[in-house]
Amino acid sequence: MRTERLVQHLLGLAAACSVAVTVLIFGFMVILGLPLITGGAFFQMFTSPWLPSQAVYGIAPMMVGTVSIAGLALAFSFPVSLGCAALISVLGTGPLPALLHRLVRFMTGIPTVVYGFAGIFVLVPMIREWVGRGSGMCIFSAALLLAVLVAPTMILFFSDSFSSVPKAYLTAADALGATPVQKLFHVVIPCSWRGLITGVVLALGRALGDTLIALMIAGNATAMPGSVLDPARTLTAHIALVVAADFDSLEFRTLFACGIILYVCTTLMVIFTRRVGAVSERRLWRSA
Amino acid sequence: MAKRMIEKCVTAFAWLSGLLLTASVAGLMGYVFVKGAGSLSLSLFFGDTAPMDALLFRRQVFDGIFPAMVGTLTLVGLSISIAVPVGVATGIYMAEYATGRTKHIFGLFFDILAGIPSILVGFFGFSVAVFLHHQVSDRIAPCLLISALALAFLVLPYLIRTTQTALENLPRQVRVTAPALGASPIQTIFYVLLPQSLSGIVSGIILSIGRCAEDTAVIMLTGVVATAGLPSSLLSNYEALPFFIYTISSQYADHTELMRGYGAAIVLLAICALLFTLATLIRHRLSDHLLYGGR
Repeated sequence: MRTERLVQHLLGLAAACSVAVTVLIFGFMVILGLPLITGGAFFQMFTSPWLPSQAVYGIAPMMVGTVSIAGLALAFSFPVSLGCAALISVLGTGPLPALLHRLVRFMTGIPTVVYGFAGIFVLVPMIREWVGRGSGMCIFSAALLLAVLVAPTMILFFSDSFSSVPKAYLTAADALGATPVQKLFHVVIPCSWRGLITGVVLALGRALGDTLIALMIAGNATAMPGSVLDPARTLTAHIALVVAADFDSLEFRTLFACGIILYVCTTLMVIFTRRVGAVSERRLWRSA
Repeated sequence: MAKRMIEKCVTAFAWLSGLLLTASVAGLMGYVFVKGAGSLSLSLFFGDTAPMDALLFRRQVFDGIFPAMVGTLTLVGLSISIAVPVGVATGIYMAEYATGRTKHIFGLFFDILAGIPSILVGFFGFSVAVFLHHQVSDRIAPCLLISALALAFLVLPYLIRTTQTALENLPRQVRVTAPALGASPIQTIFYVLLPQSLSGIVSGIILSIGRCAEDTAVIMLTGVVATAGLPSSLLSNYEALPFFIYTISSQYADHTELMRGYGAAIVLLAICALLFTLATLIRHRLSDHLLYGGR
């Protein structure tokens, strides 16, 4: 009986440690960033530009960079992902859709740094030729590459929720003489909209949180980007670039603000997806 | 007629998006392979040093990716051996003991941990290192140990979730048989449930290994450097394969170095593909025996 107790306590301790890590990451950022918050410079930072020579350390350009790269990537990726998912689970015929499914699953295993490496030597020169000015490292290039990176997240989630639509519904639609496309629009998508939203939010989280693609492709300029063909820096890349052993400078302290923003965004998105997914789809259908 | 057109357009769009995705991935990876195929040779790994001397650590390798590979291997080994006990134990706790509110709140925390951008985990590792440097000892700086810890935090939620799912997906029959024969909860877990869900747990571990091997954002803040040679201790700097690729891409000096970057990218891609295939194969075994109702 005592070993029972002991093992249970040990397992509980491990769980508590895992929770503690999550809390600690946030706690560390808040505590180390505290001088900033009490100093009153915290909210000013979100609106001011980054001008180290004038001792103005605002992160507004990085926030714009993050939002535009992630938003654009999602805008590129969503239609293609929806098409791929529809092909895999509803519209496709023959062996090719299954192969595509396998490829998409494999894509989750491709290292981000390899994407970035290929992007620098394939995509960036192409964009440079096409734009005709600058280095080719811009929001547009980064968003294109990021779209490829986040596509598997969406496709896998979409096709999973497409294929969890009850078979009886599909059979009923078939019996009514529905074509595959009609089935997709009138049965499958209405039944799995929760899965669609969750997939999009998860992909947004990946796009916002990705460091390497933006760091390698987006050009990392600290100026406020004026168009999608301008270089930009994301919050994540900013953290990677500014980290220096100089622990007390104001420049360094801004990183905690970046970190807190990213952490809070992640938490909100997680809570949102859990809320959307909380009403289990199966229960929803049973009551319908 | 218009309906037929819409029908055709939608189907064509679906096929086109499949084609587009395949083409972009094939284009990107194909380029790396075609350009880098020529650099795959023993000298990519060992430079001018004799392979045997390098493998036995008798002589240092300067112009090869061998130190980076050893660094990555050490790093992955360390962080997995930290993360697996904690992650699997937490997964067991979540599946078998946690109930109601506790389970809900803990689950929320693990979802958040899984969603945190990896650079933040790296930043946390860096902050801890600097904190320890000021408070405990001057000898602590971003190093191999800190990186391994941070990476362990990064893969912890994956391990928890795969363990939990593998346990929770076991058929009810398996779950009730052992208690019916008089087994205690602990005996049920360790003699019946864990062995039955082993392939799910192991494939989760292998996927975590892949994630440790490919991650760059965490280690670039916690002690990886461009040239360090082989890691000499837990508190030293080290080289790693993904960071090597990153540095080459941003600051290669000449063609030879660039080719080494291509070679390293192919090697890393091959390692990750291998781990991924392994994990898939093992998991397929699991779903098979779930399908046919246990052994």
